[in-house]
Amino acid sequence: MATEFHNLQELRHSASLANKVFIQRDYSEGTTCKFQTKFPSELESRMERTLFEDTVKTLNNFYAEAEKIGGQSYLEGCLACATAYLIFLCMETRYEKVLKKIAKYIQEQNEKIYAPRGLLITDPVERGMRVIEISIYEDRGSSGSSSGSSSVSGSTAR
Amino acid sequence: MSAVMITRKVRKWEKLPGKNTFCCDGRVMMARQKGVFYLTLFLIVGTCSLFFAFECPYLAVHLSPAIPVFAIILFLFVMAFLLRTSFSDPGVLPRALPEEASFIEMEIEAANGNVPAGQRPPPRIRNVQINNQIVKLKYCYTCKIFRPPRASHCSICDNCVDRFDHHCPWVGNCVGKRNYRYFYLFTLTLSLLTIYIFTFNIVHVVMRSVDQGFLNTLKETPGTVLEVLVCFFTLWSVVGLTGFHTYLISLNQTTNEDIKGSWSGKNRIQNPYSHKNIIKNCCEVLCGPTYPSVLDRRGMMQEDSPVFANGEAPSSFNNPIPQTTKTTAPLIPNEHTPEEVKPSIAFASEKSPSSREKSPSPKEEHPPSPKLPPLASPETDAETSIAKTH
Repeated sequence: MATEFHNLQELRHSASLANKVFIQRDYSEGTTCKFQTKFPSELESRMERTLFEDTVKTLNNFYAEAEKIGGQSYLEGCLACATAYLIFLCMETRYEKVLKKIAKYIQEQNEKIYAPRGLLITDPVERGMRVIEISIYEDRGSSGSSSGSSSVSGSTAR
Repeated sequence: MSAVMITRKVRKWEKLPGKNTFCCDGRVMMARQKGVFYLTLFLIVGTCSLFFAFECPYLAVHLSPAIPVFAIILFLFVMAFLLRTSFSDPGVLPRALPEEASFIEMEIEAANGNVPAGQRPPPRIRNVQINNQIVKLKYCYTCKIFRPPRASHCSICDNCVDRFDHHCPWVGNCVGKRNYRYFYLFTLTLSLLTIYIFTFNIVHVVMRSVDQGFLNTLKETPGTVLEVLVCFFTLWSVVGLTGFHTYLISLNQTTNEDIKGSWSGKNRIQNPYSHKNIIKNCCEVLCGPTYPSVLDRRGMMQEDSPVFANGEAPSSFNNPIPQTTKTTAPLIPNEHTPEEVKPSIAFASEKSPSSREKSPSPKEEHPPSPKLPPLASPETDAETSIAKTH
């Protein structure tokens, strides 16, 4: 029984946190930032597999772009080194620019896809780039349907 | 005894666990013991001052004015790289929040199955395949995470650091993913500076001795003797260190891996991170992307602290904020504070860490305190993420 939410605000104020799923890192290609695209079983009743995989694949592409070692990163590195890295006091690094893009993308995905299904993605950068945390919400009206550890209530008054 | 809860906004660095010191409102992050770092600063600044005072006037006139100019440039580079290494976040991995920690615990228990009573549970290890090699990820009991490959827990700073190289007391910080290249450039430029000063000291002494004689030269520029001594001993250590790190970079290894012998030996696996090409390895380490810090030190968060109405200090103060280790203010008690001072400090300060032993966080045995706003709440996350994007 999918609970319908229309936007993020409604999600926060009328829902209670039921569970959290953590998408782990995929280290098969080394230490570059990449997340596993395996669809977690807890989300099976909530959303379509393809949507989830699309989100994770897009995030992986963003991170690959940020960590790409090529002409631009060499240029940035050498220029920064020549100025004894003082240039970073006024300039933003390429990684930081991509992180901003990622934050915007996650916000957009939350609004369009995840919040209407009672889910919320947390930006991995807030979890140390270790996991993508997906919070699963239940409608407060439906008691007894919350599964797993309901540790924190997401409805603390602002 | 009545208590009033006051909510105030604090910067996140004030609540970070671990034994780091923060300055400039969270902009600067260092280890707790900074004595050797001050010594490094003193040696570099002192030796260079002596050089500029005694040698440079003579050399600028008799040889070339470019000599002091180049020395100043080198000195500025050395200081910039040193301060950048010392003050930046080495790549600290934030500890797992309670939900993530319990999620991992559940996974471990599911993987281990039922352990018969009396038997020790198997070690917490996760095997991952990286570039067709099996690498074991260890579980960190302090941070409650499975450490990413190449990460290690620094006991001095009490943090897990990504691509942990070593903890360097000379720079007063850990050397990890984010500041390794600054550390390497610091040792490289310091080697050049030391060689430069040493060479021109000798040149200066020789040139002056030709005119005035050796003893007179030493009498006129006594700083030279000191400089030569410092440079001579520094040369061997710093040049050696630079050479060692050049070797490590060419193999894409960390000091930690080298010491443990992770990739050496016949039965051990080969280094899965190396590109097998010296140039590629060097480029990745030195010219790779500049990783951002995942510790949001200057973000704001809510903090509830009790204020006691009467003047009595509590005999056993139950701390609702278990992981605070504020290390900058001297009035905050820590495990080194004498026992009799603790209650009065705890009352006087706004937030008061309990005298906790160095053990895994007591949060699990602690009932979730309703006073502390949940760090994992979406509101806080949204606030901070919006704050960060501005």
